[in-house]
Amino acid sequence: MTDQRPLLRVRDLTVGFTTAAGRVEVVKRLGFDLARGGALGIVGESGSGKSMTSLAIMGLLPKGAERTGSIELDGTELTTLRERQMQAVRGDRIAMVFQDPLSSLNPYYTVGTQIAEAYRAHRTGVTRRQARKVAIEAMERVHIKDAARRVDHYPHQFSGGMRQRVMIAMTLSMEPDLIIADEPTTALDVTVQAQILDLLAEIRRDTGAGLILITHDLAVVSEVADHIVVMREGDLVEQGTAEQVFSDPRADYTRMLLDAVPRIDDEIGLLRTTATEEPR
Amino acid sequence: MTAPLLRATGLVKEFTVRGTGLLGRAARFRAVDDVSLDVHAGETLALVGESGSGKSTTARLIARLIDTTSGTIEFAGRDVHALTGKDLHAYRGDVQVVFQDPYSSLNPKHTVERIVTAPLVYQKRPIPGGARAFTRELMERVGLDPDHSGRFPAQFSGGQAQRIGIARALAVSPKLIIADEAVSALDVSVQAQVINLLRRLQDEEGFSYLFIAHDLAVVRQIAHRVAVMNAGRIVESGDRDQVFGDPQDPYTRRLLAAVPRIRPEWDAARRRNERARRTVEEAAR
Amino acid sequence: MIRFLVNRLLGMAVVLLLVCLFTYVIFFVLSPDPAVQICGKNCTPEAIDRIRANLGLDEPFRTQFWTFLTGLFAGRAYGTGANAIECAAPCLGYSFQTSQPVTDMILQRLPVSATVAVGAAVLWLLAGVAAGLLSAVKEGRFADRFIAGLTLTGMSVPNYVLALSLQFLLVVTLGWLPFPQAVPFAEDPGQWFLNFLMPWTVLSIGAAAVYTRLTRANVIETLQENYVRTARAKGLSPGLVWRRHALRPALTPIVTIFGMDFAGLLGGALITETVFGLNGVGKLAADSITKNDQPVIMGVTLLAAFLVVVGNMVVDLLYTAIDPRVRVGSAT
Repeated sequence: MTDQRPLLRVRDLTVGFTTAAGRVEVVKRLGFDLARGGALGIVGESGSGKSMTSLAIMGLLPKGAERTGSIELDGTELTTLRERQMQAVRGDRIAMVFQDPLSSLNPYYTVGTQIAEAYRAHRTGVTRRQARKVAIEAMERVHIKDAARRVDHYPHQFSGGMRQRVMIAMTLSMEPDLIIADEPTTALDVTVQAQILDLLAEIRRDTGAGLILITHDLAVVSEVADHIVVMREGDLVEQGTAEQVFSDPRADYTRMLLDAVPRIDDEIGLLRTTATEEPR
Repeated sequence: MTAPLLRATGLVKEFTVRGTGLLGRAARFRAVDDVSLDVHAGETLALVGESGSGKSTTARLIARLIDTTSGTIEFAGRDVHALTGKDLHAYRGDVQVVFQDPYSSLNPKHTVERIVTAPLVYQKRPIPGGARAFTRELMERVGLDPDHSGRFPAQFSGGQAQRIGIARALAVSPKLIIADEAVSALDVSVQAQVINLLRRLQDEEGFSYLFIAHDLAVVRQIAHRVAVMNAGRIVESGDRDQVFGDPQDPYTRRLLAAVPRIRPEWDAARRRNERARRTVEEAAR
Repeated sequence: MIRFLVNRLLGMAVVLLLVCLFTYVIFFVLSPDPAVQICGKNCTPEAIDRIRANLGLDEPFRTQFWTFLTGLFAGRAYGTGANAIECAAPCLGYSFQTSQPVTDMILQRLPVSATVAVGAAVLWLLAGVAAGLLSAVKEGRFADRFIAGLTLTGMSVPNYVLALSLQFLLVVTLGWLPFPQAVPFAEDPGQWFLNFLMPWTVLSIGAAAVYTRLTRANVIETLQENYVRTARAKGLSPGLVWRRHALRPALTPIVTIFGMDFAGLLGGALITETVFGLNGVGKLAADSITKNDQPVIMGVTLLAAFLVVVGNMVVDLLYTAIDPRVRVGSAT
């Protein structure tokens, strides 16, 4: 490694909303690094702020959200960029895969059009034929068979797993430095999930892109990520290498989570739970 | 071997997929294809499969929420399809369903008390000890604060709302509870609590579960026997340890291989580390 | 695709046949005997019988209806021998009042009605969608609230009130506009436009208000869609996100409603034409109703039904062209 600088450096990231009831912080002073080509898993239950973190990095927070802190991509501070400049980063240097592939794809356009869209947005003077070629290549890279024909199909003509492949193909046309995948397999069947996780690993290996995987599933994150960030209600609970977090968790909350995960290959007994539920 | 509580034989459910327009030809789609299963008293049979496998349709057939195309269902030795009037009412009491999404299956405008006592009211049965006391007792049994009996579903978290659904099922002292993806939508820590609750209640009450789920790791924690469904058919069934430990059907093997897992050596190390920490803590005391 | 088209056409034919049957039953079977009406006050039973024979009313209902249907498609003859009157297809019979062929009466007035209807439709579509888009962009701001106020007014003011007050204000008091007359376009396009401006406005204002609200709601809803977020995540500019990913899904439902509303315009044209004294199909219908001129009423009714059915058909086809989910079934 000649370059010691991390690919992504997040410091003191805070996301808040001002509501009638006062200010609510959904992400609180979050900080982590992602090494070049590394895979970081952000894991947490609902309301942990993990998805807000990904949207904060993309600069796609919902209206009314206030973001403070620092997000550095390869030395470039993203939080001070103008919207125009941020557009140049989105889809080109950072690409994102969302949870529900069906609703995340526009039903009115062919998958080919949507895959090539980022390419056309970031390159000038792209002809229709070039765009089509880029789309077909991207589809072949995510192992969609018969890509030359399928490129003209619409999202509803694909199965759930194939749609997620299309979503991943969308991120590939610009060779991004960082791919953020937010619950990419949650809506999928377990056999399809395994295929999509393999695909993400393959792409990482081939392109050297960094990956942030956001998930509620500890088993999934343990298979994919080399670094883990555990979040709870906007707080960073603990972070470390995957081995460290899974074999010697420091925080009680992490221990509780690990105890609560039902195993396919471990002892069967009462799942240990220590968390108490608060009323809404 | 004693007669099973529930016996389904050769269940078939076909749906008509209508073509468009006047001349559109109707196609028939077999969602459940020759499914036979037994559930014995006090046991949990898990029906696992991926989306479109027909597991939820099977559950609905057994609950008589939809009609079968062919096949028979016997409950406590009686043909369920022949039940009418009072007997059907009794069957609806004996077999309760807990659904995946607690919020959409609980009336948002009714209080917990009204929700939980509704099955008894529908069946025109007396409420033992009065509605308030009855609700309080049920809420305690499912681990809810009995003082919250006047609250509405939206005032509870997902796990708590699912407990209300379970309390409603318990109200009529059922013999079989069909849990249709009942813990799938819950966060892992809450899911663990609800699984523990379901197991405890079965130990106390002795009823049976037909546990419909796609998550094999969850199923392994709760099932006595497992039936694996694929494309409307049961491809393999047997005791839990046999199905998980020595799967015979290629589809079952593929399914099991796909389940993501935390490395066993990490788990082992974690247990060692935890024991060591506890020893240190105790020594410090 | 061809199969879909054939299906739709067949369905359309069935609907039109049923409409014919119902209108025929209502106007010729359940109404007072037309022969008595035609015959007038000083009438002999023989005269009535002669008229009935001429109109074919002495035949059984099935034969009557069949003759009526064939008349629609192939023309028919009234009476026999030398007295027979040939009525060419599409034959809708003769007016009781003027003895003119109903088809001719309608065709004469159709251009005026069509001008009023098409102009109004174009106006409300443009105005409604434009105001709706502006409202959506400026959601919650002054422009949005101002437009919301306008739409509320537009929806609550009855057509005839608006027509009369506009006429009073712009024609009588201010004299800015001429009193509407059907000036042919070829004669003087400028005058043509000025003459029709008021009827168009009156007829379109209610629908424009509805379209404004609809467009606004659809656009705001579409902007919440996950695929809009995906588009933004690709780094598309806000303009591109709008044009490509928000507008088309948001405006598609409007096409559907537009087709149906356009077909149903005749009813609105009735009031507008009456108020402004324009001699269109709407006014023809109003006049025939007061004079109980059954063949004419029936002819107009059939025309309206035809337009509604065709309008629906066009919408279906448009929808198929716009929405790939309808066009191509899901595979794999």
